[in-house]
Amino acid sequence: MSVLKVNIVSSSEEIYSGEATMVFATGSLGELGIAPGHTPLLTGLAPGPVRVQNGQEEETFFCSGGFIEVQPSEVTILSDTAERADSLDEAEAIKAQEAAEKLLHDKENNVDFVKAAAQLAEAAARIKTIQKLRKNK
Amino acid sequence: MANTKEVRKQISSIKNTQKITSAMEMVAASKIKKTQDLMNLGKPYSSKIQEVITHIATSNSEYSHPFYQAREIKKICYIVVSTDKGLCGGLNINLFKSVVSHAALSQKNGQQACFALIGNKAKAFFKSVGGEVVASADNLGDRPNPEDLLALTKVVLDMHRDGDIDQVFICSNNFVNTMTQQPKVNQLVPLQHSEDESLINSHWDYIYEPEAKDLLDGLLTRYIESLIYQAVVENVACEQAAKMIAMKNASDNAGELIKELELLYNNVRQAAITQELSEIVGGAAAV
Repeated sequence: MSVLKVNIVSSSEEIYSGEATMVFATGSLGELGIAPGHTPLLTGLAPGPVRVQNGQEEETFFCSGGFIEVQPSEVTILSDTAERADSLDEAEAIKAQEAAEKLLHDKENNVDFVKAAAQLAEAAARIKTIQKLRKNK
Repeated sequence: MANTKEVRKQISSIKNTQKITSAMEMVAASKIKKTQDLMNLGKPYSSKIQEVITHIATSNSEYSHPFYQAREIKKICYIVVSTDKGLCGGLNINLFKSVVSHAALSQKNGQQACFALIGNKAKAFFKSVGGEVVASADNLGDRPNPEDLLALTKVVLDMHRDGDIDQVFICSNNFVNTMTQQPKVNQLVPLQHSEDESLINSHWDYIYEPEAKDLLDGLLTRYIESLIYQAVVENVACEQAAKMIAMKNASDNAGELIKELELLYNNVRQAAITQELSEIVGGAAAV
């Protein structure tokens, strides 16, 4: 009996690599059951369990969305590492932007700090000179 | 001449420093393996996604994604990947040098530059140097999370989509081996076509569910995210390797310094004994 080569990968690790007689997953347009010899297919993956059946054995993985690529003898699941809600991304993006703006803001403060430090050093040097002059008198 | 107590104090303080640097060297050495493993763990994903993208891009010539279109370059964004902590030799500064010279070159051609920064060191550097910072991410640790980079990626890609920037470069260190790390500035967007002849000539195509366009949109974003993640992970491996070398050098230098100081210490001690002896002899002769 022919088998499928199954790879489940996410950007930070390889989750599963092995053979299977059948793979079940939830595509973005509905449930998928993939047997060996399937037509090449590319579709999105909805968050949910992915079942990999090999004979009697069955393993289940949880995928939080991603993409699934099917070849007649191969199935590749490109899993996202985390659940991706657009609103969540948006909030995170705003946070990153704010951090950058804060950096710019801090820069101005920093310039002031540098200026103040220079002024302080100058003043200290002046006092030192005065003290020296007094001692020499 | 220096007195013996002073020299002894100096020797013991350098010995303490040496203990710290050699401990840091060992910590870095043990981390190298882990970070390299992390670097390799992400490879299956990036190679698979590249395969799929190459195929879609070659089979759907009528749809050209903005990420593939080269337009007139008015503004460039540099994603600079640096470390969070220092004590890793010239790793960061070499990278910043190549970024700055690259940016200066494009500025000469009338192109503006802005920066998206990863890591504390880049933030500190561009804070002092200046430059427009559009997004930043830091404190990623030894095991960077892909999620922590999503926000920064989104900011940059949105800017590209809206036409605020026309070209994106990623600047990070290339892990050649433990001894060598090379700063590199690579073009990220527009993506460079890899014209694979074998794929163009083969006439099979996927069934797309839903539309090829939507899938390509999602996949290309994931692809760029994975490229950035790979660069960050590689930079972490570079950091540990550079740290190990830097700390090894520091320990060696401390060892040499201790040797020299011990020689000085013995000289001073011997001189003191000789002086004392000659004083006694001189005293006895006077009596």
